[in-house]
Amino acid sequence: MSNLEFGFTMIVVGMGGTLAVLAMFAVVMNLLKKIFPLTAEKAD
Amino acid sequence: MFDAIVNGLSGLGAGVAHLHWSNLVMLAVAGLLLYLAIQKDVEPLLLVPIGFGAILVNIPLADLMAEEGFLRTIYNMGVANEIFPLLIFVGIGAMTDFGPLLENPKIFLLGAAGQFGIFLTLGLALMFGFSKLDAVAIGVIGACDGPTAIYVSSKFAPHLLGAVSVAAYSYMSLVPVIQPPIMRLLTTEKERTMSMDSDTKPASKAAKIAFPIVITIVGGLIAPKGLPLLGTVMLGNLMRECGVVNRLTKASENEIANVVTLLLGISIGATMDGRLFLKGQTMLVLSFGFLAIILDTVCGVLFGKLMNLFTGGKINPLIGAAGISAYPMAARVAQREGLKYNQFNFLLMHAIGANTGGQVGSVMAAAIMLSVLQGMGIVP
Repeated sequence: MSNLEFGFTMIVVGMGGTLAVLAMFAVVMNLLKKIFPLTAEKAD
Repeated sequence: MFDAIVNGLSGLGAGVAHLHWSNLVMLAVAGLLLYLAIQKDVEPLLLVPIGFGAILVNIPLADLMAEEGFLRTIYNMGVANEIFPLLIFVGIGAMTDFGPLLENPKIFLLGAAGQFGIFLTLGLALMFGFSKLDAVAIGVIGACDGPTAIYVSSKFAPHLLGAVSVAAYSYMSLVPVIQPPIMRLLTTEKERTMSMDSDTKPASKAAKIAFPIVITIVGGLIAPKGLPLLGTVMLGNLMRECGVVNRLTKASENEIANVVTLLLGISIGATMDGRLFLKGQTMLVLSFGFLAIILDTVCGVLFGKLMNLFTGGKINPLIGAAGISAYPMAARVAQREGLKYNQFNFLLMHAIGANTGGQVGSVMAAAIMLSVLQGMGIVP
């Protein structure tokens, strides 16, 4: 694999992948807040 | 008898006779690192042992990095096998409160944009003729995260470890100097004065406990090669949030982190032997590291502007600069810049959220990089 091909792949997959994974984490965090709401905890 | 005494005396001071000019330069560099740490308070916990390690390794004939030298033993014990940076990560996880991020999860995206400099710098390093794995180690300076940079460079480019580590820690401490001009250049005065809502919903204790577990599983499944990085941060955070292992949490953030920091610092210093370190390549690595942090900031602020556009003005782009891993320095810089233009502008909690997002982002960026390298068959 040439350096050009490697560099391009790393930039596209790296930047896109990081953004996509962190966006997924944000969704997961929203879900966690829904599954474990603060109010339910207070009621306990 | 006389000859024996003369021969014996000739052994004394033999180091002077073997001193190479590069050793003298590195002794001066070590002196500079110690000066910055002691007089200027620049990352003293790391720069004191690094500077002293550099002194030790540049004294000829001591053979401290030879096969049985004590610095080589420490290096093999925790740097060559990547244990030291991982133990530091447990401490970082134990010290980090992801609460502000959980309150406003969309801020997580800024933590991704703050890592773009890693990949752009990697591309530039390749254009300058560095090998693929060297370029990866250079790019990762842009993670603004010492342990990540050490982990990746010790794995793939151990000959660059000294330069990469010094660059990562030095530039991290220069964040308050590097970032503000870029932030001002890329934002309008109207944007800088923008206030952010504080009506975010706090997360429950159960959500905070579930967070490190779920993130480890999801992140690990996506980028398994980076699981040591992500898993150790999240283990530390789980110990912090669950509240039932306070002794382990305190040990991780104090005793273990302190001992490992000392051993890690001296090991990094030990890689700075003048004859190996003083090369044009080292200067290029330092320059690329600087560029990586500038690019991180540029991408973070520009992404902040984009989020501001899509959220109808709810995000102050200044907090985009906090999407890097230099915690909590980058968040404080965003807060300070915001206050300069609007004295009632309290961006700190939002910037802390972006900053902790940057911590996870830097780990995930490295994890993705490692997994992509494996996927392309470049590493086993």
